[in-house]
Amino acid sequence: MRLQLPNPGLEDRILSHEELDKLETEEAGSGDRPKWDNKTQYMLTCVGFCVGLGNVWRFPYLCQSHGGGAFMIPFLILLVLEGVPLLHLEFAIGQRLRKGSLGVWSTIHPYLAGVGIASMFVSLMISLYYNTIMAWVMWYLFNSFQETLPWSQCPLNYNLTGLVSECEQSSPVDYFWYRETLNSTPDIGENGGLQWWMVLCLVSAWAVLYICIIRGIETTGKAVYVTSTLPYVVLSIFLIRGLTLKGSLSGVVFLFTPNLTELTNPTTWLDAGAQVFYSFSIAFGGLISFSSYNSVHNNCEQDAVIISAVNGFTSVYAATVIYTIIGFRATERFDNCLGGNILVLLNTFDLPEGNVTESNYDQVLQSLNGTHPEVIQGLNLKTCDLNTFLSEGVEGTGLAFIVFTEAITKMPASPVWSVLFFIMLFCLGLSSMFGNIEGVLVPLQDLGVFPKSWPKESTTGITCVLCCIVGLIFVQGSGNYWLSLFDSYGGSIPLLIIAFCEMVGVVYLYGIDRFNDDIEFMIGHKPNLFWQITWRFVSPAIMLVIFVFYFITKVTETLLYKTWNPESENFPTLEEKEYPTWIFVIIFILAGIPGLSVPLTAIYKCLRNRCCKKDNEFKQDDLNTIAKQVHLTDEATKNKPDIPETADGR
Amino acid sequence: MPSLTVPPGAPPILQSLTVPPGAPPILQSLAVTLERMLVRILVLLYLAGAPALAQTLCQPNASNGYRVRISIKTALGNQAYEWNENEMFLFRATMAFAMRRYYKTETYNVDNIIVCNQTRRVSFWFVVISPENPTMLIPKADVEKAVSMSRHRINNAFLLTDRTLEFLGIYPTLAEPVNPDTPPWLIVFGVVIGAVFAGIIALLVSSLLQKRRKEKGMMEDGQDEEDRQMKGVENGINLDGIYNRGFTDDDRFTKL
Repeated sequence: MRLQLPNPGLEDRILSHEELDKLETEEAGSGDRPKWDNKTQYMLTCVGFCVGLGNVWRFPYLCQSHGGGAFMIPFLILLVLEGVPLLHLEFAIGQRLRKGSLGVWSTIHPYLAGVGIASMFVSLMISLYYNTIMAWVMWYLFNSFQETLPWSQCPLNYNLTGLVSECEQSSPVDYFWYRETLNSTPDIGENGGLQWWMVLCLVSAWAVLYICIIRGIETTGKAVYVTSTLPYVVLSIFLIRGLTLKGSLSGVVFLFTPNLTELTNPTTWLDAGAQVFYSFSIAFGGLISFSSYNSVHNNCEQDAVIISAVNGFTSVYAATVIYTIIGFRATERFDNCLGGNILVLLNTFDLPEGNVTESNYDQVLQSLNGTHPEVIQGLNLKTCDLNTFLSEGVEGTGLAFIVFTEAITKMPASPVWSVLFFIMLFCLGLSSMFGNIEGVLVPLQDLGVFPKSWPKESTTGITCVLCCIVGLIFVQGSGNYWLSLFDSYGGSIPLLIIAFCEMVGVVYLYGIDRFNDDIEFMIGHKPNLFWQITWRFVSPAIMLVIFVFYFITKVTETLLYKTWNPESENFPTLEEKEYPTWIFVIIFILAGIPGLSVPLTAIYKCLRNRCCKKDNEFKQDDLNTIAKQVHLTDEATKNKPDIPETADGR
Repeated sequence: MPSLTVPPGAPPILQSLTVPPGAPPILQSLAVTLERMLVRILVLLYLAGAPALAQTLCQPNASNGYRVRISIKTALGNQAYEWNENEMFLFRATMAFAMRRYYKTETYNVDNIIVCNQTRRVSFWFVVISPENPTMLIPKADVEKAVSMSRHRINNAFLLTDRTLEFLGIYPTLAEPVNPDTPPWLIVFGVVIGAVFAGIIALLVSSLLQKRRKEKGMMEDGQDEEDRQMKGVENGINLDGIYNRGFTDDDRFTKL
């Protein structure tokens, strides 16, 4: 017997299959609802939403730090067991109920409206800080149109006697990122004021986003032809360029060398699960919206499988490309380290050049150590190990803006590569932003925040302007710290809660039987055993496990953050500081409000239902189907006398 | 009487070789040959001793000397040339050129640059002696200024750079950064934002025009509808918007 929670009135809230077919055939009858011009646009938009910056800067790091090639195993397993079912579920439910995320969940059950609201909050918070990353990318892009890239050398100090000390102690790329881009303050409490150049970049990022979403999917559908395909072109170019650089293969080998002992570590599985989950942009509400613009008989099962495969492939492909470049950089550093040591030896012992090379360095050093040990000790030679350089695994903004930019400066024709790289990052982020903003705009429309009479251009414009203004937090001196705060807390726990509620809501509230019938109606065959098992048991279980572990980890860890403090002792290593106590309030708002809105909305709706129960029979605000309206009018006119027909048969 | 004319700059030992006027002729001729021999010996000694003297001027860690370190293989790789006496000659000539350029005179010569302590590393010490006074060394500060002034020319003579032709103790002057009037990123930003805003305005205007056209079309349809209805209406009720034929509205007309 299938477990099904009671759900009265569901039939009344949704369109039946016949009505759906009628909607399909009516031309522009569903003119209220936008439609995709063709299937390609839809696929490219979904691919663009799923494939984002995380594929480029999070997956390679996870892969390399969790045993290289061995990480593929948990990643692929969880992709199949968690990613694909969730994706199929969101596509199917959106296509069936033909509403945005808020509409879908309130249709399934009025008490579930909280899930939609939580999705909206999460999408909003992520949109706010994600576009700041876009602003950073644009800043680097604008600065790439110069012959010598500004992060390739340290600037001179004020009286032109030497290099700026902060830059000399760290490195030109670090200095450019922390000082000239972020102008980072040493503490989250000091806000440092607005950095005007970043404000300009933020405005330009929001302006570009606005022009792409100005008319909803009408304009987005055209923009994705470029933003979703360009990253693949650039990745391929980088792959070819990377493979011709010295040391690239050692990077790729290092990335994919399997270390099977890592599979026994639960953190590996946890990280793989989290990566699959976040990579698919599930629970944002954007995917539900996008698939609701499809025709009813679109094959959503096939779409889910294709998009999952593309996402997985892109992660692996991007990791390969990134690691060719990282291998090159590590080899370059190793060569410099060794070259420096060799030079010191030559100079101290006045040996002719070419006597000590990379191949005989160890022997020469040993023999010299035997004859002049004190001198060798006094030289303080650095130990150069290629693997240490390769394992300097960096993720996130550090990978893109520090490590990769440094590698680019060492390549010939650096400005070209820099421009290509940042255009690729920009396109990756922009296509993800389309989905994020969709997850914000559609619920706002459904909630009726904007009057229906306002044109779409103005609603998107106002949303963009407001988000831009709030996003000014992230372009202050302490903006980077705020951003990582939002990233860690706003975008992690609530999504897990929402996804779990989604699965439970569809499978147990909407009814898996009804869902199977719907899918059979839409695509022609019932979903097979794999889908049944994953939807009903496996995926919710995995979600729950990940959620519990994540929650425990986040709650028990001491809240530290890394700061750039030129006055600290270990400069240039980032200084770890504890968050001030008022930050906990902020963290609670970020993580708690979306998460708590699920139960709170349910309680609110329940209370409102109870207290206004008598008016409920005729009030019926959430009924908006044609069928019910016709039925009502019949009721109202049932007792009236017969009326003669007028001349024109009305 | 042969008078031994002793040149005024001659060393005192020669000056003391004066033969009294009343001496016999054999003695006088003997004195002459002796003197000539002495002069030759002294000249030889002087010629031999001068470099020795100069060598004592040039020493490692000399107060007015500089150490030079050359790394040809690092700079040129496969096209590296061999460091030999000819290259050393070129170095000395280049240094003389640098001194000439600095002092704006033409008195300096290759001989004024003295080199010592050459190692296999290819590093050596050099000092500069003044052309007027061979025992006097040019002070360190002046040599440094001369080298800094002509550093670029010296480097180019050897196809080397500041890093591969090192004068230990003389730091290369840092290049003046090129500061354009407008930072280049602002230009790119201006272009991008101009294009984006132009696009936004174009799209807004086009959608506004589209809407106006639609409204006009709808209004015309609406007029026809209303005209037709007005004929059928008995009590002249004004109907708003488009009449929905699916909705039975009879009671309005027949209320009595």
